[in-house]
Amino acid sequence: MSRLLADRRGAFGVFVLALAALLAIAAPLVTSGAPAAQRDVVGTRFLPPLATDRYHVFHPFGTDRFGRDVWTRVVYGARISLTVSGLAVLLSLVVGVAVGATAGYAAGGMSVLLLGLTDFALALPRVVLLLLIGALWPPSATVVVLVLGLTGWMTIARLVHGEVRALAARPFVEGAAALGAGRSRILWRHIIPNALTPVIVAAALGIGNAVLLEAGLSFLGLGVQPPTPSWGNIMASGRDTLVNAPWVAATPGIALALVVVACTLLGDAVRDVYYGEEGRGKGEG
Amino acid sequence: MLAALARRTIAGVGVIVGVVTLTFCLLRLAPGDPARWLVGPAATGAELAAQRHQLGLDRPIATQYAAWLARAARGDWGTSIATGRPVSELLAGAWPATACLVGLSLVVSYLLGLLLGAIQAARCGSRLDTALSVVSVTLFALPGYWLGLMLVTLLSYRLPVFPAFGAAAVGSEHLAGWDRRVDQLRHLALPLATLTLIGIGGAARFFRGALLDARGQPFVTTARAKGLSPARVLMHHMLRNALTPALILLGLSLPTLFSGAVFVEAVFAWPGVGRVLVEAVQARDYPVVTAATTISATLVVAGNLLADAAAAYVDPRIRAERATA
Repeated sequence: MSRLLADRRGAFGVFVLALAALLAIAAPLVTSGAPAAQRDVVGTRFLPPLATDRYHVFHPFGTDRFGRDVWTRVVYGARISLTVSGLAVLLSLVVGVAVGATAGYAAGGMSVLLLGLTDFALALPRVVLLLLIGALWPPSATVVVLVLGLTGWMTIARLVHGEVRALAARPFVEGAAALGAGRSRILWRHIIPNALTPVIVAAALGIGNAVLLEAGLSFLGLGVQPPTPSWGNIMASGRDTLVNAPWVAATPGIALALVVVACTLLGDAVRDVYYGEEGRGKGEG
Repeated sequence: MLAALARRTIAGVGVIVGVVTLTFCLLRLAPGDPARWLVGPAATGAELAAQRHQLGLDRPIATQYAAWLARAARGDWGTSIATGRPVSELLAGAWPATACLVGLSLVVSYLLGLLLGAIQAARCGSRLDTALSVVSVTLFALPGYWLGLMLVTLLSYRLPVFPAFGAAAVGSEHLAGWDRRVDQLRHLALPLATLTLIGIGGAARFFRGALLDARGQPFVTTARAKGLSPARVLMHHMLRNALTPALILLGLSLPTLFSGAVFVEAVFAWPGVGRVLVEAVQARDYPVVTAATTISATLVVAGNLLADAAAAYVDPRIRAERATA
């Protein structure tokens, strides 16, 4: 962990993600009230960033067409966007590790079947599926979590499969077997804990991806529904007021880009720190 | 080599059939009924049943599927439930717009990404490298629709340089040849810039990594030891070897580009397959959704296959590997 923080990219990623999570958790403390609060629509709408309205409320990122504070909505939106993406990646992790580990450790038909399933799922056009399912079932955060989670496990399954295959041939596995450990105990207690580093990289990248896709679905009106704020639907509502209030669409986009950049850099840093010279980042500083 | 390609083609067809089947089942299993859209909320149960019968929706899923496959194989993709136009006509009008947008942005973003990646690899560890890394990671992280909205704000509303949406101005069909071309190009500018900027981020990150990987290889040391100039080593030895993963990435990035195009088309009202798909999904237009999904799945599978074949063509090592495998 300290080596990770010594890497500038790792430090930036950890800092931004921790800050975003902290702000989301402490949302009522760092904002001026409820995200749907409208006081006086005519008097407070379309205030530019850094404006103070006639009730002496400060709006760091301005207000939208209903006079709602954009900063408040983006912070509350982070709660939804980060929770949905986090849960989706968790679901992908569970499915991916289960499928990958089983395929790597079981022999014969089972392994072939699971690998075939993984390859097939990998070839499915993800966004088309997301659109289909997002549109066909009544839109909600639960549907988004399920859809993102169930279409994102394949890369993790492949990584885990490769790691498990390699680890199963190592002496410590033979040692465990010689001590009388059962197959499932060897898999869960000895192999999987050793196979998790690439999974962490994939998960970090996966969260960034999930945040992007969740926002995309909500942007098209197929995800989290207004008035509940999510970064995607705030951008969608800002789209209608681009001419007189571009800050409504701009602010959640900047927040989103920061989080995705943080995930990407953190993933890069984890990979370089744990794989060192073997990794892709050969020769980097 | 040919046998390997044939195997891959068969697997690809399997994926396409799987996608189509999955789409077909999902559409029928989901809540919501297209017949309801057609007859309106005030219709009686009998009218609804008659409409369902006319669309063939009252038959078992397997029967519907078999009937659809048989017609699709003959080139009859059915009629759009929402617009009443033949599906083939709708999609034939839409795919050139998507192909033009995606194809152009692919080429431009690859070339610019290669340029950036090569500069970074040549100056690895410098301030310039760090600055360009920040740029490429940021571009890579931006959502396409958001970047599109920001470009519209800047270049259509603040500085009215380019039109904000559509593929041609109202009445542009009356313009003479040259003016019409200019009008089309002006409409293409912002959607193309959006897709390309996002593509550059990924491509630059990739090429930097691939070139740095090549740098540590013995053949580069040999080339240097022979006294070749750094530029020649980069252009003739490292780039050539980075080309194989680049071609494979090209195939893999097709689905990403297509999905990017879905959002960008939605933002810019670009009349392509992505917009047709989004609109059809929202209207539960079964025949259009099934056809658009089939086409996108086919594009993705074909892209991967072509990339693999191209990689084997430029890199004899892959051919040798396949022949022995």
